[in-house]
Amino acid sequence: MSALITSSRISGAEIVKELAFFAVIALLMSVMILGVETVDRPTGLELAVRWDLVVTAIISTIIGRLALILRREHISRVGQALLITAAAVAVFEMFVRFRDMDDRWASPVFLDMAFGSATSVIVAVAFVTIVFAIAYFSMKKPGAEEEESGSRLSSKIQLAYRTNTKKIGALGIVFFIIFPFLFGENRSAIDLATLVMIYIMLGWGLNIVVGLAGLLDLGYVAFYAVGAYSYALLSQHFDLSFWLCLPLAGIFAASFGIVLGFPVLRLRGDYLAIVTLGFGEIIRVVLINWYDLTRGPDGISSIARPSFFGFAEFDRRLPEGVMGFNELFGLDYSTMHRLIFLYYLILVLALVTAFVTVRLRKLPIGRAWEALREDEIACRSLGINPTNTKLSAFAIGAMFGGFAGAFFATRQGFISPESFTFLESAVILAIVVLGGMGSQIGVVLAAIVMIGFPEMFRELAEYRMLIFGAGMVAIMLWRPRGLLSFRDPTILLNMSKKEKVAGEVK
Amino acid sequence: MDWAYFLQQLINGLTLGAIYGLIAIGYTMVYGIIGMINFAHGEIYMLGAFHSLITFLICQAAGISGILPLTLLLMLFVSMVLTSIYGWGVERIAYRPLRGSFRLAALISAIGMSIFLQNFVQISQGARVKPMQPLIEGGITLMESPNFNVQLSYMQIVIILLTFVLMAVFSTLIAKTSLGRAQRACEQDRTMAGLLGVNVDRTISTTFVMGAALAAVAGMMVTLYYGVIDFYIGFLAGVKAFTAAVLGGIGSLPGAMLGGLLIGLIEAFWSGYLTIEYKDVATFGILVLVLIFRPWGLLGKPEVEKV
Repeated sequence: MSALITSSRISGAEIVKELAFFAVIALLMSVMILGVETVDRPTGLELAVRWDLVVTAIISTIIGRLALILRREHISRVGQALLITAAAVAVFEMFVRFRDMDDRWASPVFLDMAFGSATSVIVAVAFVTIVFAIAYFSMKKPGAEEEESGSRLSSKIQLAYRTNTKKIGALGIVFFIIFPFLFGENRSAIDLATLVMIYIMLGWGLNIVVGLAGLLDLGYVAFYAVGAYSYALLSQHFDLSFWLCLPLAGIFAASFGIVLGFPVLRLRGDYLAIVTLGFGEIIRVVLINWYDLTRGPDGISSIARPSFFGFAEFDRRLPEGVMGFNELFGLDYSTMHRLIFLYYLILVLALVTAFVTVRLRKLPIGRAWEALREDEIACRSLGINPTNTKLSAFAIGAMFGGFAGAFFATRQGFISPESFTFLESAVILAIVVLGGMGSQIGVVLAAIVMIGFPEMFRELAEYRMLIFGAGMVAIMLWRPRGLLSFRDPTILLNMSKKEKVAGEVK
Repeated sequence: MDWAYFLQQLINGLTLGAIYGLIAIGYTMVYGIIGMINFAHGEIYMLGAFHSLITFLICQAAGISGILPLTLLLMLFVSMVLTSIYGWGVERIAYRPLRGSFRLAALISAIGMSIFLQNFVQISQGARVKPMQPLIEGGITLMESPNFNVQLSYMQIVIILLTFVLMAVFSTLIAKTSLGRAQRACEQDRTMAGLLGVNVDRTISTTFVMGAALAAVAGMMVTLYYGVIDFYIGFLAGVKAFTAAVLGGIGSLPGAMLGGLLIGLIEAFWSGYLTIEYKDVATFGILVLVLIFRPWGLLGKPEVEKV
């Protein structure tokens, strides 16, 4: 350790001072929220002291800060990776100790694991190795130039991506089409894929508003809710079929978009954000309180499932004269048929969204959106009506949200205001921004990262949202412009795309 | 018209408005200086409430909760200090690296931070509602009418008085001290302020610390006033306080206070005379109306768009 410190520009005393400062900060931040637990007792609230959590928080802060110092001073890649691993172990220790630690004096769980049974040793070693490997390979080489290091690999990936966008897109579509054949018997895989696909569709829909037109919408979930409730109510009260309701749900959502957008779209970005956020909340409050129509917090249950385009049904027991899906195709009855059909339905809906977006970008209206995003004043002076242009983006985005909502209602068979909280809007917006605004494939990647991974780690239920929030911050710090970050030049002048791309990425 | 009922709603509305106003100041200062919505500010307020509750429980365990003024001062002091460190930390971790990056990145980071803090408190303190016994009881009966007595509780007096004292202190701080001058300079032009020797980073950090300290006071007041808190109180209060900041004119300190009071009054009267369920709808409805007819808010200055 001392050898590392003496070789640097920063003195040992300075390091100690900096570490002490951050240790005090960690102590003050954790002393009450982590260090003291409020326990409900019949007599009122009581306190339980958890000093070990405070200690682990301070230790992980010190070690992590030390790693940051090494990084800042370009010292020892191995040292940085080791320290990050140590900090990760301390954080792990803290999380394990959060629950079920009756004895605060118990020895560190990680040590017990490392010297415990064969499996726990393997888990411990694997944890350390994986964290170390990630830390080591994501690290800059000491002394390397800023521009050269780190970004090399990612710029290569970007170049490959940008020159082969169409191929990657086609590959992705093929993968999603054959997905049910790969995992056809695995119900949870299909369910997860359907869920991810809903978010991909929502992401693409919101991408029109945020990515193309540059309007910050924090209440997108409102349109999703409008779509879901219009299908649920129409089908229950008027007995309309899903295929009739789907366009209606889109139209309703779009009209809501226009009604909301008309007064507020002349506002600047942040005001628009807060008004859309408020609108999202209003819709939820109305859904909760208008009991006669929406049955409030109880929600609407047993919503009709879609038929096979009106030709056949998926139910096991059918009334006389109704064709079953399995009869139509001469298959044995299986509950999976409906699920797979729903999967393909949302896949088609999502692809329609993507296709429409891609085509719209080439129309004058799409060009106007992108121009408006870049410079509103210039657009106005060129004779583009900003309010109408924005309104069209808002309405089209809302319409796709409505479609997705109708699909959500028919797939779940049950909807309640619980499903349409602000958190959903935040997740959808995060998908768009993480994907790199305006990038279609980025949205797919981001949806898989944001929805797929957390769903897979359901066992960590209570930590899921914690990690989700921390992940949002971390990804923004790491790649502020999103995973696939660039703005596609839609029009190119006398230059092959490859040359242009190569020139830009360099 | 039942004047007694009206007066009671007025008192309740002012109390609520004082709390919103204190949170709104944090939004308006941060927006003024770095032009971003500090989405995690609602969570900072929630952390303030938790810190004050835990401080009270510690006082109780130490046996000094009998001395009311000491307990209250300790709650105020500890929650202000510890919560402002959270405000500082949030800026340092989630916003500073993204300063100068494009606007949405900072907003997403702020939303992430908000989700993180909410779940952090949920895990560490439990999801249950935390009850708090009333510390300041009693009040003055202002007016007696046949079916209704207008009550002004001591708690409400404390809240309104404390808010006005804090407002006066902070206004002086911004108007008179060198720190306030640096803040106003950064608000106008950060680069230029930096060139003229203002430590921009430190000024922004101080802004966050000040906003968080005020939010902590609001959190403590809510803990005492309503007697229940949970990890989720930050979201709605945060949104309403931001609404208040916009209503008053974002960037303007008296505007935030005025906006807060108005939102509190609207909420109190709406739930008093109309439906209690739709009080949030009313708040946002007002916000939309203001934004359409006076987007720069009540006390803000209209922004001139330059090419």
